[in-house]
Amino acid sequence: MKRSLARLGGYVIGFASLFALWHVASVYLLNSVLFPPPGRVVAKAIELAQDGTLWENARVSLERIGLGFLLGSLIGIPVGLAIGSFDIVRRILEPYTEFLRFIPATAMITVAVIWFGIGEGSKIFLIIYTTVFIVIISTAAGVSAVTPNKIRAARSLGAGRAQVFWYVAFPATVPYILTGMRLAMGNSFVTIIAAELVAANAGLGKMIWDARLYMLVDQIFVALLVLGLLGFTADRLFRWGIYAFAGRYSPVT
Amino acid sequence: MALVRLIGVSKTFRSMQGSDYVAVRDFALDIEAGEFFCLLGTSGCGKTTVLNIIAGFELATSGSVEIAGRAIESPGADRGVVFQSDDSLYPWLSALGNVEFGLRMRGLPRAERLEQAQRYLDLVGLAGQGHKHPAELSGGMKQRIQIARVLANEPQILLMDEPFAALDAHTRAAMQRELIKIWRTTGKTVLFITHDIEEAVILATRIGIMHAGPASKLKGIIDVTLSDGERDRTDDRFIAVYRQVHAMIRDEVAIAMQRAQ
Repeated sequence: MKRSLARLGGYVIGFASLFALWHVASVYLLNSVLFPPPGRVVAKAIELAQDGTLWENARVSLERIGLGFLLGSLIGIPVGLAIGSFDIVRRILEPYTEFLRFIPATAMITVAVIWFGIGEGSKIFLIIYTTVFIVIISTAAGVSAVTPNKIRAARSLGAGRAQVFWYVAFPATVPYILTGMRLAMGNSFVTIIAAELVAANAGLGKMIWDARLYMLVDQIFVALLVLGLLGFTADRLFRWGIYAFAGRYSPVT
Repeated sequence: MALVRLIGVSKTFRSMQGSDYVAVRDFALDIEAGEFFCLLGTSGCGKTTVLNIIAGFELATSGSVEIAGRAIESPGADRGVVFQSDDSLYPWLSALGNVEFGLRMRGLPRAERLEQAQRYLDLVGLAGQGHKHPAELSGGMKQRIQIARVLANEPQILLMDEPFAALDAHTRAAMQRELIKIWRTTGKTVLFITHDIEEAVILATRIGIMHAGPASKLKGIIDVTLSDGERDRTDDRFIAVYRQVHAMIRDEVAIAMQRAQ
């Protein structure tokens, strides 16, 4: 309890100093309409929240991230488990993973739009794309990091091969899967904004792009602030998940 | 008839470069039911290879390996293995969860297996620690979990691969005393691998001494008939047995040192 209070206190101080620094830089150092102080951005945020545009755009972006990230993980985890477990699968799939993971999702935006249109299809495709390879590689690495003694112990305690997989290899891999998903979550934020900047009819990226057209600097900053907060919250939730599932014993944090 | 019988067992490993390494050659060993057999040898003499073959982790290149008259071809619940390293424990499970693991795999009902796991946790002196995870326990306690986990599964033989080698001297001595007590209570057959003469003399009813590797086999077997009171490093009869074992292994140590250079 005391420790979590101390941790919360640390966050409060950290955020307070961030906003204070921002305020000082904006009002006293630069004093330019191109760099609004936090007070004005928050006021603008409240305004945009009241007329609904902020919620709508944030919801659209989050839904795209959420759905694509979920699907990407659902594809990535079993594929990663298979690659880590069977040499033959690794050999067959390595050209795919090792080739495609070096083509960034942002480079695929144009192709995605040509293939799936400027609606949800292209966005979700891009989030899946940006998620799946990290999750695959991290999961496969987790499987190969299971120590042989864990497997041997299970076998001599009477576990069959399927049991060894479900009760030993899989739980031992969970911290690696979660770490891969956490990295993928960060990538999803990058990718969705890039995609919405280029081609979209809604979302936080679109909101930034529209604001740019009319020089609404305050509105750009609202979108940036919301992005930062959403990303921070998503990452905390993930870290909390890793800790709850695995933190007690896991070397991976 | 012996519980475990190895006849003419050889094991050849192929290295990455393609050259062969013969770990043991024409190895023979009988382990009788209920005995505490220590397999003693210098490092690299192939004693762990012998244990791995009996455990079913590795297959002999040639020769016959049997438990209770059946050939050993794979790992099985009739042979419980205690490893030197605690990385064989499951860190996501509690101590109790680790101990009941084998029973869960074999489909025992929950109430029954928890009751049995708790009984063996009590036996190894971890009565109140069942809810803790391995990371929260000391090295000695983790080895106790390993022992309880194997005992709860009620195997025919315990295969112990230098289980106390990584512990500090005091903990090791305490664990040795505990193990003798547990062996006496349960009447299990034990094959215990060690490179420590003293440990072998403290624990064993018979000590098998191996030649230095490679292509090792048993050099000889010494019966240990010490009473409990005499299993003390200052006791005269203990020292006599120690000397006897030492005399047999001394040359092998010298050979092993030479080959390592």
